[in-house]
Amino acid sequence: MARAAVLRRLTWAVATVVDRVDETPRVRSLALDVPDWPGHLPGQHIDVRLTAEDGYQAGRQYSIATPTDGTRVTITVERLDDGEVSPYLTDVLVVGDRIELRGPIGGYFVWTPDRGGPLLLVAGGSGIAPLMAMLRSRVEARSDIPVRLLCSWRSAGDVIYADELKDIATDAEGVAITHTLTRSVPEGWAGRRGRFDRDALASLAWPPELQPLTYACGPTGFVEAVASVLVELGHDPARVLTERFGPTGG
Amino acid sequence: MTDETHVDGNALGGLLQEVFGREMTDARGCCATCGTVNPVGAMRVYRGAGDVMRCPACGNVVMVAVTIRERTRVHLGGVRWIEPAPD
Amino acid sequence: MSFISRGFQRRQAPAAPSDRLPPGQYVTPDFPVLSAGPTPRIGLDAWRLEIVGEVDRPRSWSWQEFTALPAEEITVDVHCVTKWSKLDTAWTGVSVDALLDGIETSAAFVVAHSYGGYTTNLPLDDLTGGKAWVAYRFDGEPLEPEHGGPARLLVPHLYFWKSAKWLRALELRADDAPGFWEGYGYHNYGDPWREQRYSGD
Repeated sequence: MARAAVLRRLTWAVATVVDRVDETPRVRSLALDVPDWPGHLPGQHIDVRLTAEDGYQAGRQYSIATPTDGTRVTITVERLDDGEVSPYLTDVLVVGDRIELRGPIGGYFVWTPDRGGPLLLVAGGSGIAPLMAMLRSRVEARSDIPVRLLCSWRSAGDVIYADELKDIATDAEGVAITHTLTRSVPEGWAGRRGRFDRDALASLAWPPELQPLTYACGPTGFVEAVASVLVELGHDPARVLTERFGPTGG
Repeated sequence: MTDETHVDGNALGGLLQEVFGREMTDARGCCATCGTVNPVGAMRVYRGAGDVMRCPACGNVVMVAVTIRERTRVHLGGVRWIEPAPD
Repeated sequence: MSFISRGFQRRQAPAAPSDRLPPGQYVTPDFPVLSAGPTPRIGLDAWRLEIVGEVDRPRSWSWQEFTALPAEEITVDVHCVTKWSKLDTAWTGVSVDALLDGIETSAAFVVAHSYGGYTTNLPLDDLTGGKAWVAYRFDGEPLEPEHGGPARLLVPHLYFWKSAKWLRALELRADDAPGFWEGYGYHNYGDPWREQRYSGD
């Protein structure tokens, strides 16, 4: 099925919202039922297109946060205060509403167990979405590829999928998860604080000699800083894959 | 100061698949200016009137995608070659 | 007819009187940032503005010299080819007439060159007669880099891609030469009131 998903012709489809989950005060996951969905690979995204009554259109990309599951596709959307599309997705859409999208899209920022590891996943805020699809499918497939997931958040209240990540870290073998908070740290926080800088990545990333496969996703500045540090530390640039969200978040 | 305004070739995945008829983010492109080869997904993309894809090594324009009167055209003047990933 | 997204509309902005808005435009409450490349970071010590090409003698101003020139406060509407318009934008800038004052030229055309390599072309007539400025303040504050600072060209009667950000030089020419977006299918002149977005419009 692997390559079939990347060779199919892309057409716009109208999907139905079947579930809506509040992940944090600003982040919602929307589960969509997409007719004729061919399945997707972890890391792929959809193009969403909104059309107003007067014909005005706006489009955005959203990573699929879940492993392939029939016609069900879940995206995790952070509400940007001055955004045009995200507030619509998080605040206006309800179960039963329909949304136009096309996909699955992507082949570069994709991970399947046959690509190997060990796997380093580095998430900046809502950049965790495609990495969550990768992690969830690794767990679902009971793969023994070791995974280190590093997540950078502004504050403890921003942590997406907090409970699920805790469960995975506890129950799944060979998965280590590290969170860091960069702006505000609550009393009693025992985790890391500060950005994933050179010192942090030197100790948290896989050693370059193990030839890990790295996927970094989040705001552009975050992704580029992480990627360049990893390369400085000796990681093969061809094995540090990136997906930049642009100037939002951070 | 880091330039944080751009996205990358992943964001053009849908547009490129529409134009080329197949997944293109894992295609490799050779920059016509500096000769560096990179996956399309790793190229920097700036959103202006159209989408400008630049080489991550030298910053020169590799591709420009413009949608005019509902026709999408990808200008390839900055690539020496493009090679889709093996099926 | 495309699928309509229930309850979706563009971000609200004050309604514009119809004579203020060119065809196909809508008013935005924001100031969107569009770019063809990375934001250049130019130190004011190194910054120069030049007039070059078909001129009796080239001109060049340092930042001190440029900001010492008589400047005007202008309030204008700007219109982007991507359909957003921003009304009553307030700028401080030196008129291009002042920059060209005393220059002898037989040129009919100009190419505006930006730091970072962007270019756009215009007839010289469209830069003179009180129609264009080199602006360095927006809304009373120094023009931010993402909006074209230290200084950008401001030509409000044409689509905003003609108002080259990070202006470095005005090259006066006998013949026309398409700039960056013009070379990729955008209209050579770009009059928003005749909706000249693309070549052939």
